[in-house]
Amino acid sequence: MTSLSPGLILILGALPVPLLRGQARNLYMLALPILALAGVLLLEPGSYWQLSVLGIELEIVRVDRLSTIFGIIFCIAAGLGVLYSLHDRDPVQQVAGLIYAGAAIGAVFAGDLVTLFVFWELTAIASVFLIWARRSERSYRAGMRYLIIQVGSGVLLLAGAIVHFDATGSLAFGELGLGSLGTNLIFLAFGIKCAFPLLHNWLQDAYPEATVSGAVILSSFTTKLAVYSLARGFPGTEILIYIGAAMAAFPIFYAVIENDLRRVLAYSLNNQLGFMVAGVGVGTQLALNGTAAHAFCHIIYKSLLFMSMGAVLHRTGTIKGSELGGLYKSMPWTAGFCIVGAASISAFPLFSGFVSKSLILSAVAEEGYFVPWLILLFASAGVLHKTGIKVPFYAFFAHDSGIRVKEAPRNMLAAMAIAAFLCIGIGVYPAPLYALLPFDLDYHPYTGEHVVTQLQLLLFSALAFTWLMRTGLYPPELRSVNLDSDWVYRRALPRLIQGAARIFKPLEMGLRQAGLRAVYALILRTERHHGPTGILGRTWTTGDTVMWVAILLGVYLILFLL
Amino acid sequence: MTDRDKDRTYWLDDPANVKKIVWALVAVCALLIGADLLIHKHGYFEVEGYFGFYGFYGFVVCVGLVLAAKALRVILMRPEDYYDSDD
Repeated sequence: MTSLSPGLILILGALPVPLLRGQARNLYMLALPILALAGVLLLEPGSYWQLSVLGIELEIVRVDRLSTIFGIIFCIAAGLGVLYSLHDRDPVQQVAGLIYAGAAIGAVFAGDLVTLFVFWELTAIASVFLIWARRSERSYRAGMRYLIIQVGSGVLLLAGAIVHFDATGSLAFGELGLGSLGTNLIFLAFGIKCAFPLLHNWLQDAYPEATVSGAVILSSFTTKLAVYSLARGFPGTEILIYIGAAMAAFPIFYAVIENDLRRVLAYSLNNQLGFMVAGVGVGTQLALNGTAAHAFCHIIYKSLLFMSMGAVLHRTGTIKGSELGGLYKSMPWTAGFCIVGAASISAFPLFSGFVSKSLILSAVAEEGYFVPWLILLFASAGVLHKTGIKVPFYAFFAHDSGIRVKEAPRNMLAAMAIAAFLCIGIGVYPAPLYALLPFDLDYHPYTGEHVVTQLQLLLFSALAFTWLMRTGLYPPELRSVNLDSDWVYRRALPRLIQGAARIFKPLEMGLRQAGLRAVYALILRTERHHGPTGILGRTWTTGDTVMWVAILLGVYLILFLL
Repeated sequence: MTDRDKDRTYWLDDPANVKKIVWALVAVCALLIGADLLIHKHGYFEVEGYFGFYGFYGFVVCVGLVLAAKALRVILMRPEDYYDSDD
């Protein structure tokens, strides 16, 4: 029992959920992530469930410190997601959310590429229901785009695994490294799921279209599974430092001008992934510890931010910065929790982001990567701007929109309170988190120099925001969409195909008409013979039929006698 | 939520109080720059040793970020129903 993949507890446990009602369902769903967490904690390092199928060695459960820390945080995220969505009586979302979380946990314990592929695709298929559960045409389309890209990533992973197996005879999911076709394909598959620059837009496209609780759950698993996979397969791959720096920097430009506040969060999610990817690229023990720690903290504060914006959407029915403002008056608790999440993502001292992001920045600096370090520092200042200040400011402060609503439902507040507690707890006392990291760590984030420099960076950024705001230079929130790489497949390609269709239309019309004429002629001919007046369509009398049967029998008799 | 709540004025509703917050922020920033002289720095890069590097860098990149993003709007911004029209 203890060696069972903890993911299966959630996946199989999700199935009876629709059969339960009311309080029983609530308690059962809350128990599942706790059981899964117990399952993760009981796993001893090692390999379990090694099978040999058709000569292929599978390792369903592989446990080490890297998989364990991701397993733990995924269980915590699943628990927070369940608690947050309790008021929602939609079994589709509840089952999909649990299977999705279970698949992600299954994937981080996968010891071979085939097992990884199976869980990888399961995360894609289960998670799309969290988008479709909004049950609108818009979310259906966004979900479709999301699903195609996610499944496509899985197909690349499988193709890469096959090529890799063909070349090396091994399917083990260990350090792969770039260089061969197989591993390059796998890298690309991970890159899509990790939202690398230009492969990123499924994230900003789909997450804001998900349901209120769907976005909270989505924000935790898919991309962090990809970060884990990169850390497992490609540590120390130098190009990842530059990919990570680009990822950390460019989404913040979009976030500044984006009006949908959940989309702003999706952009800053992308930016935070950049820090983790850069950590994988550096690949030293400090850097990989930083990646794992940052993923851990990030999942909690990102969930918290999505929860607070979800609560706003749930109560007011809108999440557009241009329509919100002044909500601190009617949703003070939500506002407070949102500010804790914002302080954490901005890495203020005493909040969780500070103790984890520092590890990555120190690792990048230690290895002497000056330009990536400067970019990451810029991204750190930028994230304060766009998420740390902009999200709470436009939702809860700014000009009073006059919207007066009830405070968020109690289960939402409870989930946000736990997440906020964890954000502050980890920030104040990081030792338990550091003890969980893949490598032993001796790091002290709270030195006078570090605290003062970080506060300088953040507060002068805040000062810049204030100055731009009060002088009116800050771009106002406008109802709009901003073009991003999804433009290529949502606008350019369809237009190209339509354009091509226009060119080929005369040819196509000619072919179609020739075909129609041929069919028409055939119909006419058939009618002549088989129609009501045709020779084969007439009704025959019994006498005629008997005569024809007699003739046939006669012919048969003659042939037989011959 | 009663009407009385709706009409209640909050501390932040008074522009004078917002101004107080702004000045408090300025004061804290000034203190942090002062603290730069007191701490002993041993960063990895030379620039980290410059006086007030982090504060200066944070301010400049943020102003740059916002102005650049504002300029990007000219190229990137479309009406809200841009993709709804015929995709």
